[in-house]
Amino acid sequence: MKKDARFYGKLFFATFCLSAFTFGGGYVIVPLMRKRFVEQYHWIEEQEMLDLIAIAQSSPGAMAVNASILVGYRLAGLCGALVTVVGTVLPPLIIISVISLAYQAFRDNAVINLLLKGMQAGVAAVIANVVVSMASGIFRQKRILPIFIMLGTFLASAVLQVNVALCILACAVIGLLDTVYQRRHGNKEAGK
Amino acid sequence: MIYLELFWSFFQIGLFSIGGGYAALPMIQQQIVDLHGWLTMTAFTDVITIAEMTPGPIAINAATFVGTQMAGLPGAVIATLGCVTPSCIIVIFLAWLYSKYRELWAVRGVLSGLRPAVVGLIAAAGISIIALSFWNGKLLEFSLAGLDYLAIGIFVVAFFVLQKWKPNPIYVMLGAGVLGLAAYSIF
Repeated sequence: MKKDARFYGKLFFATFCLSAFTFGGGYVIVPLMRKRFVEQYHWIEEQEMLDLIAIAQSSPGAMAVNASILVGYRLAGLCGALVTVVGTVLPPLIIISVISLAYQAFRDNAVINLLLKGMQAGVAAVIANVVVSMASGIFRQKRILPIFIMLGTFLASAVLQVNVALCILACAVIGLLDTVYQRRHGNKEAGK
Repeated sequence: MIYLELFWSFFQIGLFSIGGGYAALPMIQQQIVDLHGWLTMTAFTDVITIAEMTPGPIAINAATFVGTQMAGLPGAVIATLGCVTPSCIIVIFLAWLYSKYRELWAVRGVLSGLRPAVVGLIAAAGISIIALSFWNGKLLEFSLAGLDYLAIGIFVVAFFVLQKWKPNPIYVMLGAGVLGLAAYSIF
């Protein structure tokens, strides 16, 4: 991959567009990034994307910003991270600056309200879709533990409202212990 | 020096909001309502409403809103900068560690536990978005009467389109918005 002006332009434009559409919380950027960087550009592999998301989730700050920095750094080092963080921050910065000047008119606009209501349902579908395809990837591994971890974190977070950072930490420890156990028992596949 | 105060306040918000999204709210409220009095509680609630209706992380939205109100566009830029600086430093350090050590068996073990966890967490976030969309966020008043059937219809159509043709999700969201505008206007 050539790191020329065209590459940086493409990277900036991609993150700018993704950020402009992350309605409803940071996780929405996951399906968008996956589509763009994994499926369209083939710049990052599926497994690696999941790793980057896990790191973004366990770091302080906004998830979408963290994920963008990680993707930028992974693709083109510090320069790449700079390009992606600016691309991610600009859309909300521009939009909120405009809105904060005319907030009342915006909030009372019936057309905008209905449009946003429809988009909310669309966002829900996008998230549901990415969960289905990611979960089927986990099921295809045909191992009990990952499936157990996936369902466990879902219940802990959705039903029991356990802190996300705590979930991440617990799963990191479980993954590590599992790998230690497999290595002790001479499984060469451990950690794959 | 308002610029310095804005930067420092949002630097702390960026540094201590772990878990993303609404986990950052108490921290933001403490800094801009309780500590500095930059916004009233009503204005703060408005910021949350705007953040829900517009793209972008809630902390960035709050930074831009408060910055604009306090010191115009330069204020917005500086508050946003303060908000992302801790992320930049910490995440780039972690990214460097990842690229250097990801082949180590121990790191691979940790990551093998995190991958399924991420899927579970995304599913949990998805459930709360579905609740917001289908019941207008009133999950506690969970009832059939409060169901928004149009939202469910749009959800089903959008999900089907995504599964069948795998288009770019951005177009699906825009399409859902237009569909919502048309459907809610008619019914």
